[in-house]
Amino acid sequence: MSDDGRRSMALIASQGTLDWAYPPYILASTAAAMDMDVRVFHTFYGLALLKKKLKARVAPYANPAMPMKMPFGPAGFQAVEWPIPNVVQTNVPGFNRLATRLMKRTFRKKGVQTVEEMRDMSLELGATLIGCQMTMDVFGFEREDFIPGVEIAGAAGFLEFAADADIQLFV
Amino acid sequence: MTLADDTSVSLTLDLKGLLCPLPVVKMSKAIKELEVGQIVEATATDPGVMADIPAWCRSTGNTLLALDRRDDHFVFRVRRDA
Repeated sequence: MSDDGRRSMALIASQGTLDWAYPPYILASTAAAMDMDVRVFHTFYGLALLKKKLKARVAPYANPAMPMKMPFGPAGFQAVEWPIPNVVQTNVPGFNRLATRLMKRTFRKKGVQTVEEMRDMSLELGATLIGCQMTMDVFGFEREDFIPGVEIAGAAGFLEFAADADIQLFV
Repeated sequence: MTLADDTSVSLTLDLKGLLCPLPVVKMSKAIKELEVGQIVEATATDPGVMADIPAWCRSTGNTLLALDRRDDHFVFRVRRDA
């Protein structure tokens, strides 16, 4: 419970790939829409999600559960799951770029927002987005690299809030 | 109340084609435009609203008056109580 009596959620966003960028912002925006006090602590690769120029990509290699489907063509074609060997995924230049384009196109076609839109919507709904100071120091990020409205804190700042939060999640 | 009675609806909302979390997010924005006691009616195509809109209502203290499944879409009414 937060100080003003609302329920609260403390979230750690630790991944910066396109696929893993979604869960924290889906939860943050929904929780904020449910009138919860929401704080998302961005650490390690999750910190990249706060950058003004967000370039999240997806890497299908070593992710056998990721459906490799095409977001265009006839229905039968779109239903095909392409068995792309690991040797192709790792050796074909630009394969991750291609997979990223296909995933973004699939999401857009289905009516899902971009990561940027979902992140900005979370902020707009009142979620607090926090960048991890230590990761900034280690990876060489500056405050100016991030979108406006982002707060900077360390582990103690997150834990103080998380200790009293109704929901704590690590993504 | 049934959905045939639309005299008391203050706001209608088109959520067709939107997936989670947008129906809930847009509902939360829309309900803030209403006075307490006023009613919003929304139409959505994402089957997820069948579970998520009732959960959102219970969490926020607003009242779900009706939730109907039509042929290819869902219609629901919520009264602002919070």
